[in-house]
Amino acid sequence: MKFNLKSKPLFAALVIALLVFPFVTDALLGHGWVRIADFALLYIMLALGLNIVVGYAGLLDLGYIAFFAVGAYTYALFCSPQFGLHWPIWIVLPLGALLACFFGVLLGAPTLRLRGDYLAIVTLGFGEIVRIFMNNLNAPVNITNGPQGISMIDPLRIGDFSFAKTHEFLGMDFTTVHLHYYLFLGFTLLVIFVSLRLQNSRIGRAWMAIREDEIAASAMGINTRNIKLLAFAMGATFGGLSGGLFAGFQGFVSPESFSLMESVMILCMVVLGGMGNITGVVLGGVLLVILPEAFRHGAGPLQEAILGKILIDPESLRMLMFGLALILVMLWRPAGLWPSSQHRRELAPDEATVHQEQETVYDASR
Amino acid sequence: MDIFLQQIINGLVQGSVYALVALGYTMVYGILGLINFAHGEVVMVGAMVALTSLQVLLGLAVAPVLAILVSLFVAIVACMALGYTIERVAYRPLRNAPRLAPLITAIGVSIVLQTLAMMIWGREYHAFPQPFANSLHAVGGAIITDVQLGIVIVALLMMSGLMLLIHRSRFGRAMRAVAENPSAAALMGVDINRVISATFMLGSALAAVAGFMVSANYGIVHYYMGFMLGLKAFTAAVLGGIGNLRGAMLGGVMLGLIESLGAGYIGDLSGGFFGSNYQDVFAFFVLIAVLVFRPTGLLGERVAERA
Amino acid sequence: MPSNKFPTLFALIAAFTLVGCNKTETQSAHSNDAAELVVKIGASAPLTGPQAHIGKDNENGTRMAIEDANAKGVIIGGKKVRFELLSEDDQTDPKTATIVAQKLVDAKVNGVIGHLNSGTTIPASRIYSDNGIPQISPSATAVAYTAQGFKTAFRVMSNDSQQGKVLGEFAAKNLKANKIAVIDDRTAYGQGLADEFVKSAQNNGAQIIAREYTTDKAVDFAAVLTTIKGKQPDLIFFGGMDPQGAPMVKQMRGLGMKTQFMMGDGGYTPKFIDNAAAAAEGAYASLPGVPLDKMPSGRDFAARYEAQFKQPIQLYAPYCYDAVNVMIAAMQKAGSAEPAKYLPELGKVVLDGVTAKIAFDEKGDLKGGAVTMYQVHQGKWQAVETMGGAATH
Repeated sequence: MKFNLKSKPLFAALVIALLVFPFVTDALLGHGWVRIADFALLYIMLALGLNIVVGYAGLLDLGYIAFFAVGAYTYALFCSPQFGLHWPIWIVLPLGALLACFFGVLLGAPTLRLRGDYLAIVTLGFGEIVRIFMNNLNAPVNITNGPQGISMIDPLRIGDFSFAKTHEFLGMDFTTVHLHYYLFLGFTLLVIFVSLRLQNSRIGRAWMAIREDEIAASAMGINTRNIKLLAFAMGATFGGLSGGLFAGFQGFVSPESFSLMESVMILCMVVLGGMGNITGVVLGGVLLVILPEAFRHGAGPLQEAILGKILIDPESLRMLMFGLALILVMLWRPAGLWPSSQHRRELAPDEATVHQEQETVYDASR
Repeated sequence: MDIFLQQIINGLVQGSVYALVALGYTMVYGILGLINFAHGEVVMVGAMVALTSLQVLLGLAVAPVLAILVSLFVAIVACMALGYTIERVAYRPLRNAPRLAPLITAIGVSIVLQTLAMMIWGREYHAFPQPFANSLHAVGGAIITDVQLGIVIVALLMMSGLMLLIHRSRFGRAMRAVAENPSAAALMGVDINRVISATFMLGSALAAVAGFMVSANYGIVHYYMGFMLGLKAFTAAVLGGIGNLRGAMLGGVMLGLIESLGAGYIGDLSGGFFGSNYQDVFAFFVLIAVLVFRPTGLLGERVAERA
Repeated sequence: MPSNKFPTLFALIAAFTLVGCNKTETQSAHSNDAAELVVKIGASAPLTGPQAHIGKDNENGTRMAIEDANAKGVIIGGKKVRFELLSEDDQTDPKTATIVAQKLVDAKVNGVIGHLNSGTTIPASRIYSDNGIPQISPSATAVAYTAQGFKTAFRVMSNDSQQGKVLGEFAAKNLKANKIAVIDDRTAYGQGLADEFVKSAQNNGAQIIAREYTTDKAVDFAAVLTTIKGKQPDLIFFGGMDPQGAPMVKQMRGLGMKTQFMMGDGGYTPKFIDNAAAAAEGAYASLPGVPLDKMPSGRDFAARYEAQFKQPIQLYAPYCYDAVNVMIAAMQKAGSAEPAKYLPELGKVVLDGVTAKIAFDEKGDLKGGAVTMYQVHQGKWQAVETMGGAATH
């Protein structure tokens, strides 16, 4: 990674912060927040995967959760009493990622000619198709157990080391949420690393060229078909990996975890954070997982503090605040909280356009 | 034979509703190149407002016909105001922003509208008042109810009215001009902001009518009802070619037919392996097949390249 | 990637951390100041989303039981107890359910009433089990919930297999339906119940002539009903909830079908009748337990519920009420509200609840599990027959 060369102390501080984070959180806020952090890491992986498709290659994908589902179901089927299989994770996790990758290509192939919103609706349909199949493949042959979902999935385990048990190490208790945190953190860093390398590679530049102008890119000799398929495949792989980890962590998968709303949420993370910029996407993932939970904890007490009583029930207020937050953040920073420098350059309009726009709006108000 | 005819009728009724909602999506898209994801919630608000005013009016013993007309009017006005507000608050400030930004505000607006509706009208499903007996008519062995007949007729009237408005009126010409090329239209003296606001209001008015019709047909209203309907209508708009008004109507009716024929015959077609549980899969496969051969939908001619 | 961006991110997280931290501390301080023993009961159900109205009903039932217990003054192990309700929204989402479960565990609840759906109850049960917190679901019916082997998992509701058995028998024997069409909503509840219904109906000599499907968000059933109409069944069974059931029966009548219509407990709501209006007449639904007005405390419960919440009972509130009381009874018997101490007693409790006589089998399922069949008669649900129950299943 680039930044560690620039400033070693900062990098060290970051590493330490990430390592002690679960313990600080645990001490201050309790296990619940460590679990939320675990989910945040899973979603960061998803958002980074989607960022490749949407942020780098500019292909709007509204069915991304399908790859998460493929990964999760792969893990669930091969590590549960469903078929009596209990494969080790170093086979199952790559297998899930590989299958997701295959599905990514499957989705990419027929949609290569589609652009913009047509692509959006086809990917949305693809996501629904995957979910519907998982929801219905319990008859005539029972594969996925249908809407009942698959329960009693094996916990994540490396050799004899189970992540679902509390381990003592250096006199400290590492509970299951802590252990998963470190495991997911490792994978997230891996995904960040791969994303960074891709971004600065030939492939990454090809993606961005396609995003900016597909015709020009193909004129420059970029094989747009292969490069687009590669974007779908890479994005899907990350999704599949995250899905496998999710299944092992949760111990239960059912089709309702993979609804359209989830795809939309991941897209929100990417766009809200800042498309195409890894730090932005990470920030978006963290915020969108934490915000609803923060509102869950804060909505009731906040009202009591301000109004002295509970006027609006906390659940409604929580959803209301979440919706408003989405609107306000986008109005405040239309390019996302932390846009990539390239995007920012494009967005700074030259003075003539600003002038013209203002003129028309002014006319309207007159 | 009567089963087949019945499925066609089912599809047409459902499709008419999709078409009305799809028009709202497609009009906005044609002008702004923006998917108005909150449109489904506007339909829901229309249904809810109609519900309340109908309850109030019927409670005051107003004649049923009058009550229906007045509450339809109230719903239309409320939705137009809502459409106008949504555009002003969530879309106009982002007109020059990256094209996914308004998508996120649209999702935010959806969540806010849903939650507000939940707070105002409660969490439960409401029965939509039915002041008239809904009698059945036999059409060649199939059956259609008064309300369903009304839906098809009203949808046809609304759509022909809209076509007239857009192709014959001054406002329609301005709208088409803005859709074609906003800056050129502005240079020709068209007030773009006004046209855009009017488009949103027009789409919302159609949404209100659709909301009223859906509620009357199914007799049930709920704050969550806009989501699925909006999604289906959006699919219909894309199927027909988003941005194209005739496409939205065709797409809506086609989606209705695909769904009902799919649910009805998919089992026979697949030898019993797939059932009506794969209805949506079938619909999406048709959509994908159409888009593979016609990447801009059935009637879409404009290439949407803004990515 | 410039290096100075990450710390900002952490500053942000830290800010969140601080905001939340205030709160937890005030909470724990709160519970220790009084001389009385504070027992926290966690409750979880969807309070937003499409099933929010049933989720709120659950919360209301739990709240009533807790308020009743506080008003009555319960003594556990010689100490006067004040019960506190911590209610959480799981949004019908399995992932949120685990977060909520962890939050309740963190808050050191003594027991949990929830969740509403099987899809949320199962993933959450793993966390309650890991932390030894007893959990009683008022409404999760999936067989898998208690089949996981968790000692902490209980339910005061018949499971799909118990209820489906009665429904199938009633359809085939009492209603003499030979040709039956089955629709389900592809949720864990609807599909599970429909499958068990099919098994039982076939065992009792009926024939399943059509199996159709819808979703839990659909409102239009014309297509599947038309297909079914062509096969002329004696009875249509729908595995699903009332938001679909009511328009479904209405659309059946709209298609000129006079076929009998039957649902499980998801149909037994006042809203079903409101929303289906005249079409509801003659429809059947089941509900585990004995009719409320047959239980001495049941009638009183229904009246007080309506007075307090200004609406009739939606569905599972009485089960939540019973679940809390079973939990309290176990605590009293053990003389402690400590989860580890009263958990062994929970399996042995026998209690006359508002829904039935409640006792658990070795898996945590309701023992016996009487199921009552109801029919809409003159715009009201009327009990037809109570089946099962005394016999062990």
